[in-house]
Amino acid sequence: MLAFLVRRLLTLALTAWLATLVVFAVLEAIPGDPALVMLGTSAQPEAVAALRAQMGLDRPWPVRYAGWVGGMLHGDFGTSLTYARPVAGLVADRLAITLPLAGLALILSAGIAIPLGLFAAGRQGRAGDWAVMAFGQMGIAVPGFWFAILLILLFSVRLGWFSAGGFPGWEAGAGPALKALLLPAVALALPEAAILARITRTAALDTLREEYVRTAVAKGLPRRVVLRRHVLPNALIPVATILGLQFSFLVAGAVVVENVFTLPGLGRLLYQAIGQHDLIVVQSVVVLLAVTVVTVNALVDIACAAIDPRPRVTA
Amino acid sequence: MPNRQRRAALAITMGAVLGLAGALAAGPVLAQAALRTDLVVGMRLEPPHLDPTAGAAAAIDEVTYANLFEPLTRIDAEGKVVPGLAEKWEVSADGLTYTFHLRKGAKFHDGTDADSADVKFSLDRARGAESVNAQKGYFAAIAGVEAPDARTVVVTLSRPDGLFLFHMASGDAAIVAPESAGANKQTPVGTGPFKFERWVAGDRVVLVRNPDYDGPKPALERVTFRFISDPAAQVAALKAGDIDSFPQFDTYEALPQFRDDGAFTVMVGTTEGETILGTNNARKPFDDVRVRRALAHAIDRKTLIDGVLFGNGAAIGSHFPPHRAGYVDLTGLYPYDPDKAKALLAEAGLPDGFATTLRLPPPIYARRSGELIAAMLAEVGVRVTVEPMEWAPWLEKVFKGKDYDLTLIAHTEPLDIDIYGRPDYYFNYQSERFNAVGAELDRTQDSAKRNALYGEQQRILAEDAVNGFLFMLPSATVQKSAVQGMWVNRPIQANDVTGVRWK
Repeated sequence: MLAFLVRRLLTLALTAWLATLVVFAVLEAIPGDPALVMLGTSAQPEAVAALRAQMGLDRPWPVRYAGWVGGMLHGDFGTSLTYARPVAGLVADRLAITLPLAGLALILSAGIAIPLGLFAAGRQGRAGDWAVMAFGQMGIAVPGFWFAILLILLFSVRLGWFSAGGFPGWEAGAGPALKALLLPAVALALPEAAILARITRTAALDTLREEYVRTAVAKGLPRRVVLRRHVLPNALIPVATILGLQFSFLVAGAVVVENVFTLPGLGRLLYQAIGQHDLIVVQSVVVLLAVTVVTVNALVDIACAAIDPRPRVTA
Repeated sequence: MPNRQRRAALAITMGAVLGLAGALAAGPVLAQAALRTDLVVGMRLEPPHLDPTAGAAAAIDEVTYANLFEPLTRIDAEGKVVPGLAEKWEVSADGLTYTFHLRKGAKFHDGTDADSADVKFSLDRARGAESVNAQKGYFAAIAGVEAPDARTVVVTLSRPDGLFLFHMASGDAAIVAPESAGANKQTPVGTGPFKFERWVAGDRVVLVRNPDYDGPKPALERVTFRFISDPAAQVAALKAGDIDSFPQFDTYEALPQFRDDGAFTVMVGTTEGETILGTNNARKPFDDVRVRRALAHAIDRKTLIDGVLFGNGAAIGSHFPPHRAGYVDLTGLYPYDPDKAKALLAEAGLPDGFATTLRLPPPIYARRSGELIAAMLAEVGVRVTVEPMEWAPWLEKVFKGKDYDLTLIAHTEPLDIDIYGRPDYYFNYQSERFNAVGAELDRTQDSAKRNALYGEQQRILAEDAVNGFLFMLPSATVQKSAVQGMWVNRPIQANDVTGVRWK
């Protein structure tokens, strides 16, 4: 188990370092000058030059790269070129929205999908199964942003229960803040729940066909116990793997959903920073996202290893 | 798990989700009180920061101009120069000395006096070597700034500048204090009738009424600027009642549904945004005036305005807005005539047309216009490759690098016809005739004479067909019908809410 952990951690570090290289190189290659973006079409060249110097963009790229990576290792993510604020603070503010949003969506997704999947597996081929499968097909087919707009039209414009987007800030209290996150979380969760319900159903069906399940039934265990002790843990392995992968999709999906609901999350920060050519913010956020995804995947692997000892031996 | 139990578990899960939704949805119900004193203004883009003296983003002025910061002079709803922090001023006969008299009780929001030393600091900062002012050129004519007493500022110019008072009225010339200027990006401190309360990054900026303002106090106590970039989300936020007024609303296709809804008022006014088919005059075949004139004949402005702005916009024939004094109607100079365009191309030695590239920046009007123009030019044999670009690469390559054939952009600065006289501008246009008129303009204060000179400049640009002159961007505002006092027109990019009230 220890060797397995060390291997995962090394992969994590290597991936993060590669991510810094790729992001930096790509942003260097894309034409665009943040100082020019800031000062616009009437700017005089000497004002742009003064701003470039102020932003530290007049230094050669190896110096800037080393400064950036070195700073990050010390927990200093640099200062945003456009917002003139430390990136760490900016990102923390935005994570305070994106993480609860993704978490809420993950809970909703799992909370809807796992019972639905088990329910469908239990009545394979019957009406309930068909209904769940139809829901799944629809959930996968409907684009998230369109579903988000439908939710706004129904719950905000027609019924007036929710704001049509925006975020009051956590300082307004947990109630209003969670209320602002609920519709976006539903919009984010639905496609994931649809996929997860199908995975759960398939995994449960596969497990039900296993010989140890037949043995368990044959030795007289009640069906409830068989399901809980033998089917559920084994069916959960693929479900947990997909759930982990979905976290990455949720963070990525948040970029779109946050824009529709005007939530000031990490996705929107990234979107705006790309528009402003705010290199420091884009670099740091992308690396942070890469590290998060790799970390979550590592955690999923470790969790799966805990549930099922086989990967520990073979991986 | 027996079926019944399983079903029950499912019902509980779903019930919990719906119950949570219901509980959260039951927010406080707003009582119908007396007249509201708060306003929520919708904006498409969030300002990158809130210091108008250090950035070109229109969103900065759209939050701060006249509300939070005041320049010496300012622009009113009609586009006229009126007193700002200076209550009056005198101009010497030679046009080289401006004496400004500041308002007596003017104070910054931190309680310190706004006096002549602050004005001197602000102007010297904007024109200094370290200046990162986006309109540093506005201050280029200043030779010196003196503060003979606390309420008097004397500005001497090295050459006459007919637009000096106009430029000093821009957000870029906002008066700031040396103690607070460095932090204005995040916590702006100005002299205006509203002061900064908070900024929920990515979502809103809140301003509150400044109780110590020395001028007339606004009716509103609190103004919230909310940033909604997605067009569908803008419409939904208006319909849901989250936004009271949405100026600069550019989802033109949604205007009819608000016009039909009695709860909303739609106002369509003018802006200073001349939208042009930017043309690289130094690059073949656009260095031939016949080719540029052919393009002008090939573009059907009526179709363009209907298709892009859904009919809300005025055609232009040169680089000047129709609502300004001094405007000359030149839209008839190159009527839509594909045959004439083909003949001109043949005359220029291009009977089979040519291939070219149109590089488009992100705004929706640019993307839509670009597609239509590509189709129109194809009719006369000009094969256009449309190349959409992000804003930063567009600025770098097209605007700064002048690496383009054709592009499409609205020039939103007011009275900016002088850009055609800049030696190194991205049109690569040079005209001694035009520059001679420009020099005459700088020496002229009399407005009738100035207007005649502007007319002459417009004619020169139209005859040379420097760019494709297309249309003026409209200023559409969608708001609740009870909101009064929002600007109909946008003589500068600002949302001056100092005169807004509910009825």
